Amino acid sequence: MSIEKEFRPKIVAFCCNWCSYAGADLAGSSRLAYPADVKIIRVPCSCRVNPMFILRAFQKGADGVIMCGCHPGDCHYSTGNYYARRRMTLLFSMLDYIGVENGRTRVEWVSAAEGVKFSTTMNEFVEKIHSLGENVRLEDLRCKN
Amino acid sequence: MQELVNRAKELLADGTVVRVLGWKAGDLPYNPEPAYFTSAEELDNFVYNGFCGANLSKYMIEASKLEGKTMVCLKPCDTYSFNQLIKEHRVDREKAYIVGVGCKGKLNIDKIKEKGIKGIQSISGAEMSDACDTLTIQTLYGEKTCSYAEAMLERCHVCKGKEHMIYDEIIGESKDTKDAERFAEVERIEAMSPEEKFAFFRNELSKCIRCNACRNVCPACSCRKCVFDSTKFDTAQKANVDSFEEKMFHIIRAFHVAGRCTDCGECSRVCPQGIPLHLFNRKFIKDINEFYGEFQAGADSEARGPLTNFTFEDCEPSIVTERR
Amino acid sequence: MFKIAKENLSALFSKIAENNELILPVKVANQTNFGYWSEEADVDLDTLKTVKSAKDAFFPQSENLYTCTKEDKKIKITPEELQSQNFVVFGMKACDIKGVEVLDKVFLADPVDTFYAARRAHGTIVALACHEPEETCFCKVFGTDCADPVADVATWMIDGELYWKAITEKGEALTKAVESLLVNADEAKVEEEKAAIRAIVEKLPYSDLSLEGWNGDVLMEKFDSPVWEELYKPCLACGTCTFVCPTCQCYDIKDYDTGHGVQRYRCWDSCMYSDFTMMAHGNNRTSQMQRFRQRFMHKLVYFPANNDGMYSCVGCGRCVDKCPSSLNIVKVIKAFENQGGNE
Repeated sequence: MSIEKEFRPKIVAFCCNWCSYAGADLAGSSRLAYPADVKIIRVPCSCRVNPMFILRAFQKGADGVIMCGCHPGDCHYSTGNYYARRRMTLLFSMLDYIGVENGRTRVEWVSAAEGVKFSTTMNEFVEKIHSLGENVRLEDLRCKN
Repeated sequence: MQELVNRAKELLADGTVVRVLGWKAGDLPYNPEPAYFTSAEELDNFVYNGFCGANLSKYMIEASKLEGKTMVCLKPCDTYSFNQLIKEHRVDREKAYIVGVGCKGKLNIDKIKEKGIKGIQSISGAEMSDACDTLTIQTLYGEKTCSYAEAMLERCHVCKGKEHMIYDEIIGESKDTKDAERFAEVERIEAMSPEEKFAFFRNELSKCIRCNACRNVCPACSCRKCVFDSTKFDTAQKANVDSFEEKMFHIIRAFHVAGRCTDCGECSRVCPQGIPLHLFNRKFIKDINEFYGEFQAGADSEARGPLTNFTFEDCEPSIVTERR
Repeated sequence: MFKIAKENLSALFSKIAENNELILPVKVANQTNFGYWSEEADVDLDTLKTVKSAKDAFFPQSENLYTCTKEDKKIKITPEELQSQNFVVFGMKACDIKGVEVLDKVFLADPVDTFYAARRAHGTIVALACHEPEETCFCKVFGTDCADPVADVATWMIDGELYWKAITEKGEALTKAVESLLVNADEAKVEEEKAAIRAIVEKLPYSDLSLEGWNGDVLMEKFDSPVWEELYKPCLACGTCTFVCPTCQCYDIKDYDTGHGVQRYRCWDSCMYSDFTMMAHGNNRTSQMQRFRQRFMHKLVYFPANNDGMYSCVGCGRCVDKCPSSLNIVKVIKAFENQGGNE
């Protein structure tokens, strides 16, 4: 006897301290809903996100990983997100190359004023991961129950 | 080869260099090893032939820390690595006397053995003075022949050319052995469905034994302490306890050298399990070329690498989804 | 003595697999290693040497020891179950079997390693004689006869037929189980094959390698020899030699945080690695020369000193084949001979 458990994706969102995290804050204080499946990790700058962080998140059980930072040109440290952009482009391309489903990873630029964008982005992303289902191609069986 | 030995002896004798970094004859016809020579007598064991595939730029990292100048023999493709190491301040140009050695393509003994040639006693046709088109192999099971090109390392089929990028002098003739498209294999994989890609890499990576040979031989992997050797890092660096770890290791390793990898092909040469590791590096190189403009790491020792650079107009990461 | 035609081998494998796990040389992505048999597996008995040895069957590269999970305020420890299923390792070569003997000395000596002991108890080895030994082989130097391997069952592949001879009780039992597929054969052909193999072994370049001067009593002179300073230099400090070796037995024990518990596992270690035998105070081998020396001293001096003169090298030649810098134990032995390091 087993009850089919509803799939609740685990989403990790890396948000930069200066824009996206504040954007998430604004979404909250504006009472804009986004699914509780999204777990935010605050980083000083999108540039802090090492490609290893993304893989690590998948290893520890994430089904989707999204990185949010200041809009290009608005980085608190001037240029951090430009470097992050190149890195993530290459990493996502590599993940696609080894056969990880397209769409499990995403980058979105969210400013401190864009509470609405934050919430719609997260809603969209969660929906996307719902359609992709559980992450099996980048899973670590030891971390699954 | 004799010319090379004579020149080495001269340089040692007149004090230009205090040691020579080259290859020493092995005890089988195909296993010369990288070696240092400090005297004319030792140089009697010097060898340079088709089996001297090792990229000696990597050894120059350690040699740069030694007293005095080292004469180093670099093949055309090795000089890219050397340039890249200068850029990263990992080798000292002043400590190196670079002799650009000729290259007619380097051989992979596994390719020869794959043809069912075993019990090898001697191999002729692999000397630099030979035409390098056919190998004649004496074995316990009779004489065999093998075409030189078929026994070449993968990297030689996509040869970057016979020009040395940096040198003090050049000894010997080189031959451009390119007979395949550099990105053909990458394109073949890109054209697969996600399921096929996944199956392909799962099969290849499942062979990985985490010997770290690819990392240790790589001239771009010159970190004093590798992130995968950190005791603070709770994933095993010596075994793929879960299949995730092999993906993690190879993706991250390729990423760490992205924009710095000269595509010297050493990783694929040394892999005991024959994993085509160059397919990771070459994918990054191909992407970098497409997204940020043509870039060849090590073509010079000045230019800024693509991952330590940016433009305001760079493509967004969503291009990965859009271009499919 | 029995025999079976090569075409019928897959029937033999299915038969064995009815009551056993079956481990044999399987080709994956162009490389042959020991792996589990299945209908789809690409069994490859022609490759002389698998990349990795068959060591994994008894001492896997990594294995879980126990798992800790939290239950309320208590910690629950679940030990990993010992091997209880019978298994057959098919197609092991004489050198690898000798490698298992070396491992036995380590893991079956007091205190007995229960994980290893359980695998040994449940494992049956079917050996395959080496049809055409290669130039990197030097098992003869260690007294192994690759023409007549000693295991539970010995087999020979001759002209498309596999000759089968049970040696031990375990071997007899396995033979009984598959008897219906075997037909009687006489030994003449096998004797012929043995002679042919031995004739080739005589001609192999390393077969006359001398181990003179290597024993358990030469510890200090070998340890202090200046030869090491020269020998280690091309070493890249990778673990290829260690991981393809049938006798290397050093392992590390680590914890992995699964997010909901801890898995304690062990995995092979390599003396070539910088964190080998790392302790709280640091590392007692600080240079690559020391680590390099450790590997060969262990195989040729320390191990014989503790095990009645038994070397922990079996001459399979995998390190000769695979070292990225073309270093290997043969070059070490020869260097000591040539440079007077043996005096």
